[in-house]
Amino acid sequence: MGNLLEVNNLSISFTQYVQGLNRHDSKVISDLTIDVNESEIVAVLGSSGSGKSLLAHSILGILPYNSHVTGELKYKGKVLDQQLKEELRGKEICLIPQSVNFLDPLMKVSEQAIGECKDENEHNQKQIRQREIFSKYGLDESVDGLYPFELSGGMARKVLLSTALIEDPNLLIADEPTPGLDAKSVEETINDIKNLKDHGKGVLLITHEIDVALKTADRIAIFYSGYVIEINNVENFKNSDNVLHPYTKALIDALPRNGFKLTEGVQPLGEVTGCPYWENCPIRLDKCENNIPELVEHDGVMIRCFNFEGGK
Amino acid sequence: MSELPWYNRGLFSNLNLRQKTILTIALTGLILLIIFISGLLTNANLPTDFSIKMQPPSFQHLFGTDWMGRDMFTRTIKGLSLSIMIGLVSSILSSIIATILAFIASTNKFCDEFVSWLIDLFASIPHILLIMMISIGFGKGAFGVMMAVAFSHWVNLTRVLRAEVLQINTSEYVALSKRFGKSKLWIAKEHILPLVLSQIFVGTLLVFPHAIMHESSVTFLGFGLSPHEPAIGIILSESMTYLAMGAWWLAFFPGLALLIVVLLFDIIGDNLKRLFDPSEANN
Amino acid sequence: MIKINNKKLAKFFGYKAIRLLILLIVIAAISFIMIQLSPIDPVKAYLGQRIVSQEQLAIIGNYWGTNLSLGERVLGWLQTLASGSMGFSLIYRIPVTEVILQKFTASLTLMVVSWVISAVVGFGLGVIAGAKEGTWIDKVIKTYCYILQSTPTFWIGLVLLMVFSVYLGWFPIGLSVPIGQLSDTVTFWQWLYRLILPAITLSIVGIASLTMYTRDKLISVKKSDYFLFAQARGESFWGTIKNHGIRNILLPAITIQFLSFNELFGGTILVEQVFAYPGIGQATVAAGLRSDVPLLLGIVIVSTIFVFAGNFIADLIYQYVDPRLRGEDDE
Repeated sequence: MGNLLEVNNLSISFTQYVQGLNRHDSKVISDLTIDVNESEIVAVLGSSGSGKSLLAHSILGILPYNSHVTGELKYKGKVLDQQLKEELRGKEICLIPQSVNFLDPLMKVSEQAIGECKDENEHNQKQIRQREIFSKYGLDESVDGLYPFELSGGMARKVLLSTALIEDPNLLIADEPTPGLDAKSVEETINDIKNLKDHGKGVLLITHEIDVALKTADRIAIFYSGYVIEINNVENFKNSDNVLHPYTKALIDALPRNGFKLTEGVQPLGEVTGCPYWENCPIRLDKCENNIPELVEHDGVMIRCFNFEGGK
Repeated sequence: MSELPWYNRGLFSNLNLRQKTILTIALTGLILLIIFISGLLTNANLPTDFSIKMQPPSFQHLFGTDWMGRDMFTRTIKGLSLSIMIGLVSSILSSIIATILAFIASTNKFCDEFVSWLIDLFASIPHILLIMMISIGFGKGAFGVMMAVAFSHWVNLTRVLRAEVLQINTSEYVALSKRFGKSKLWIAKEHILPLVLSQIFVGTLLVFPHAIMHESSVTFLGFGLSPHEPAIGIILSESMTYLAMGAWWLAFFPGLALLIVVLLFDIIGDNLKRLFDPSEANN
Repeated sequence: MIKINNKKLAKFFGYKAIRLLILLIVIAAISFIMIQLSPIDPVKAYLGQRIVSQEQLAIIGNYWGTNLSLGERVLGWLQTLASGSMGFSLIYRIPVTEVILQKFTASLTLMVVSWVISAVVGFGLGVIAGAKEGTWIDKVIKTYCYILQSTPTFWIGLVLLMVFSVYLGWFPIGLSVPIGQLSDTVTFWQWLYRLILPAITLSIVGIASLTMYTRDKLISVKKSDYFLFAQARGESFWGTIKNHGIRNILLPAITIQFLSFNELFGGTILVEQVFAYPGIGQATVAAGLRSDVPLLLGIVIVSTIFVFAGNFIADLIYQYVDPRLRGEDDE
């Protein structure tokens, strides 16, 4: 299995001006490391609004220009710089966006799925392909002429998925594909994504719904306060003994089937000097307050915690 | 990165945006103050000297001289000072009108409808025509034009304030005050006014450039200040007589000076707005 | 292509017609009262320098209604209006409706030409500035607009007149008709030749606000999710600007341009004064300065209709061209 995407130590921060025009820098993603292989689904699981979408935006090179990015991205071993991103996006790397807002409100959906064409000929070819994919997902010809605002939630989902598949990409990035959908549509979406994997594609699934991540992914990366704190195989998430990080354990214990065991505390909003989980951690060490642990390998699991570092 | 307007670049690039903005406001304000005061201190009755009439710009007469040999630079400064004064009075007056109307609108639904209707009404006549009509109604002259500009420039600020007051009125602390039995006037004075004060202030400054421009426009047309007053509109209207003779300086410099003054007020207003509401600076 | 619900349209027209009617009655009454309260004496204005006896003065005063109460005079004026007449112009000595018809047609060409120029140029500059946000070309366009917005219209006219007519001698200094020629013997080219400078002056002012609006709109579209997504799908930069940017800002920009009839009319008054263009603007100034009250009131009413028409078209476009609003018509 080839390594499709590698993200090494990615950090993203923003500059903003607040009341009185004082400058304010805020870090959204810190030191993020993750990789996706062919025929694999990797989920990034984190609470909503925590900025995990920016990971997708940075892979596609569409971050706003008041952002600062450090770290390295690689696609099939090649360094993914802005030029390569622009070359690959829409062809080898495709985004499945999170809502109908990502469709042009004044353009018919079939035209949007087809996208930009150089000439009439290319347009006709793509139109055939678009029809094929639409039919595959059960969208009949009457859908072609609709505007985005006329789509139902489930239909919109399928149109968004179709837009990503016109060019037959290798890597798909699904950004929150499930919110606002009924149970049946969620099930369908999960199956559709798994189906992509069976066709040899790699999928980076960004979500805040732990159920979706558990049902879909092969590996899950836990995103906490801007940091990835653990990357573990999906089987280990069955009960809290097999995961390493105390936050992950708390997360699994809080699931309905495990009896809703809730832990106290909230994710820190501002910058922290030490481990982001320090305040709420039951197994914290003295050095956790002022030192940030590295993401290290421990028995095949990637973990960011001093308890699993070095000789332990 | 946030981009800065052209006037914020260069010399002071090592300052941060806040310092630059405040510096811009201070410098611009200083220039305007100097123009205003020097205009006030100048003697209105300029010496007429027909031996030096219609001279093009020189070091003695920066802006040249007119057909009576009067120094155009002095006349321009005097005119600008007059424009600033009229602008000041009428923008303050229009802000007062706007504030009163916004508060009237907040009292009940009927009043709100009435104020909205009034806004629509005033926006439905061409602006210049409205100013002309009001100025005629008040008997023209400095008083007429001041009233005309004041009574035609309250619309935008009223819209903004009305929306703002409406929002504050639905807030929880206002609801709480109501339940404590505080009167509407008390709430308006203690809760709403302090919150909208900065907006009234910025709004007044933003009206300023329009006020100056419209004053000179109607004066140019003959509906504002009377011909013996040293207004920019009068100077420019006079200059048309001598334009064909090639006396370009009579129209060029006074107009340019007016443009600069209007631009300076615009800069102050915009910068103050950014200082109070940074959302634009983030773009 | 565009499905229009006739019932909704009829309702829309009816609603607007009633609004216009109420607006006109109020405007007519208020402007009449304003003039009546002003120090202008219509009898004096009518007589000018002529000397008349006391009896004649009384007759004329009676004609103008100076002996009636204000309320009676307002009602009288509204009645006259309702009969379709606006009275006689004191300056031109013909019915006000005729003066306005003649002058307004002349101005309309000027306004339409400059309106179209400012729409095309303003939109184009706005798209370029917005697309290239932050680059030198954006800064040049922005600075240009910023300065233009602070420039009095009539001064732009004066400067153009100085440069092109006085200095270069390319255009005549004033008058839309050459001296000594009847207006109907003027050839199309002579007329066009005299239209150029005023039209350019008038359009320059309109360009600034439309450009700034288009630029800001395009920048906000560029920040939208769908624009991001189009980029993420590998569409070329100018392709996204064309397919998604312009598609989404064209309608609001056209709407804004129709809403600018107010400034257009105001600009015309100033520009006609500078270039001595014999249109509605000059008539307005003349009526105001020489106290031609019937003509002035007539112009107020006509210009109100003009501005209303612009707003009405803007509303119509908004409601019937945008597919999102077009569909919602089944009440």
